[in-house]
Amino acid sequence: MNILLKNTDIGDIFIQDGIIKSIGSEISSADKIYDCTALTVLPSFLDLHTHLREPGFCAKEDIDSGLKAAAAGGYFGVLAMPNTSPAVDNEFVLEYVKNKADKAGYAKMFPIAAITQGLEGDKLTEMFKLSETGAVAFSNDGNPVFQSQTMLLAMKYAKTKNLLIISHSEDKSLSAGGVMNEGKVSCKLGLSGITRAAEEVGIARDIILAETTGCRLHIAHVSTKGAVQLVRDAKKRGVNVSAETCPHYFAGTEELVGKYNTFAKVNPPLREESDRLAVIEGLKDGTIDAIATDHAPHTLEEKNREFDVAPFGISGLETAFSLSYTVLVKSGIITLKKLAELMSINPCKISGIDMPEIKIGNKANITLCDLNKKFKINPDNFFSKGKNTPFKGKEVYGKVMMTFNDGILKFYNGEIL
Amino acid sequence: MILESKDLLGIDELKKEEIENILSYADKMLACVEGRKNLDNLKGKCVATLFYENSTRTRVSFQNAALFLGAHTVALEEAGSSILKGESLVDTVSTLKSLNVDAVAIRHPMSGAVHYAARNTDIPIINAGDGAHEHPTQALLDALTVKRRFGGFKGLKLVIAGDIKHSRVARSNILLFNKMGADVTVCAPLSLMPDGIEDMGCRVVTDLDQALKGANAVMALRIQFERQKSGFVPSLKEYSAFYRIGTEQLSKADKNAILMHPAPINRGIEITGSAADCDRSVICSQITSGLAVRMAVLDILVRRI
Repeated sequence: MNILLKNTDIGDIFIQDGIIKSIGSEISSADKIYDCTALTVLPSFLDLHTHLREPGFCAKEDIDSGLKAAAAGGYFGVLAMPNTSPAVDNEFVLEYVKNKADKAGYAKMFPIAAITQGLEGDKLTEMFKLSETGAVAFSNDGNPVFQSQTMLLAMKYAKTKNLLIISHSEDKSLSAGGVMNEGKVSCKLGLSGITRAAEEVGIARDIILAETTGCRLHIAHVSTKGAVQLVRDAKKRGVNVSAETCPHYFAGTEELVGKYNTFAKVNPPLREESDRLAVIEGLKDGTIDAIATDHAPHTLEEKNREFDVAPFGISGLETAFSLSYTVLVKSGIITLKKLAELMSINPCKISGIDMPEIKIGNKANITLCDLNKKFKINPDNFFSKGKNTPFKGKEVYGKVMMTFNDGILKFYNGEIL
Repeated sequence: MILESKDLLGIDELKKEEIENILSYADKMLACVEGRKNLDNLKGKCVATLFYENSTRTRVSFQNAALFLGAHTVALEEAGSSILKGESLVDTVSTLKSLNVDAVAIRHPMSGAVHYAARNTDIPIINAGDGAHEHPTQALLDALTVKRRFGGFKGLKLVIAGDIKHSRVARSNILLFNKMGADVTVCAPLSLMPDGIEDMGCRVVTDLDQALKGANAVMALRIQFERQKSGFVPSLKEYSAFYRIGTEQLSKADKNAILMHPAPINRGIEITGSAADCDRSVICSQITSGLAVRMAVLDILVRRI
């Protein structure tokens, strides 16, 4: 089986049995020819932060629908968070989700295992065994390790085998009861605010513990100006730390909450314009290494509730590229090459996942996008079960048209293959 | 039509003219109330009160307002209703609608719950207090009380003292008096002051005596006992020593100043008994104004006049 991608931005690409055989040479025949005029070739994306919800919460998403959404979003793979039910805190659940994902096959799933058993308390998971079974990182995500002593031990233990800790850093005693950013909007709406200090105190602690132990630490979803500065300072000191942010933190602010729009309820919360600009600055200067989605699908029933009781989270896999391209590249803030680093190359480096470069002799792991395509975000077209996005109706540029994963075309022109 | 919206969810949604028109209509209703004259504007209609929080005053005020307009009323409280069986707010409202209820006044501990209800039904929803968000009929009755006393709002200095952070009365009043051209100052220790309050258009003064200087209207807010338990203030004794409004504190205000309180009052805590009962206190006429305002709002929304 050979495939010819005609007229991409880097010329014709000829793929034989999944391997790139030629780039830029004129070839006229193949088993399958795709007209790629106006399409730009990028390395396929890797998402460091996805919730696939299976097992336990399959009404929100399952591995099948989540990986379809990933392929449609231009991703060859996603790192899946362990806060399922049961949690991914032992090798059996890990094997289960891996098998499910292999069977689905639309995109790869790289499991993240829990730091502590049941995502609670102070008992560490069997990290070595879990790592051997396929866990690429360890995180308690939304239930961050509360006891500093436990986190210290987790980092020491992880450091033994150079394992990666991903931290949703948050001091829960500061954010307790909060449902949106604390500030003028929460004040006016009478909603309990989440102070930036909750995130920043958490990050400061985790950075200090990483500095103490030498453990590799990746900070999830940076959302505040102060948090960007904490990571910047830590990197300057040589701490082994990397960081991600999500499209909603640079494409939107707390104003999206409007009059209690629960689709804009997310943790960490959408912040103010000054934070949004600081996050963009962090992306520009390399303080923030990656754009992750924190894809957090929920059902409409769960979201159509009183704001206080609606769950946190935004469905993000199928909007990440368009939002990032529109806000960061189209506007001239960063180059397309830089965006590829943020969505593909750096996430691979951070998680230690091998991804073939786009060159002759390598497997095709490429995403083709129509950068000039202007369209409105429409969750009805999502493959994800989670239609919960505050960006519904937003006009964006840059549509993912084709996703190749290990040489196989998984998504083409709105269809999962 | 006096109100553009089918609902009254907050002062934030109201235009200045709408507030003025509600107040003029409420003024007429107040004349009827004071003359003990009952009306039949809403004859054959039904108004429900759906209260997820304890309240006697506001609930009775809404019920009496409906009754004095000729409507009959249904009262749903948390105990004894299907709310305890887990029925959602929206389902409860649709049940009421199916029972031919024409408007629902909702009190709810969660901010924005009334918006959630209003978005999911086509009958008028009246916010009778949602979380720490708004209590629009309270602000309207406070405005009616002030308007009756001073004739207008322009240049008037309103001071709101007490637990601003958790107060929907404060938020609605800040918005309303701002829209009407008054000057609003809020006063509390910073632990009871929400971040971002200045952006609603008020001044923050943490010292009570300083805040009261030249005030025309002083509004004391109740401090709930549970606030002290959660550590917002070290003790009610200390709070009272620094933030209680007595006749001595009132003397810092303008000589014609009035003292308001949304009630219920905690005598001796945020307000002294002698201040509450002094001739500057308008607490009782506030309650009567409340009846008139709620009659006006119900009539406006149910008949879409």
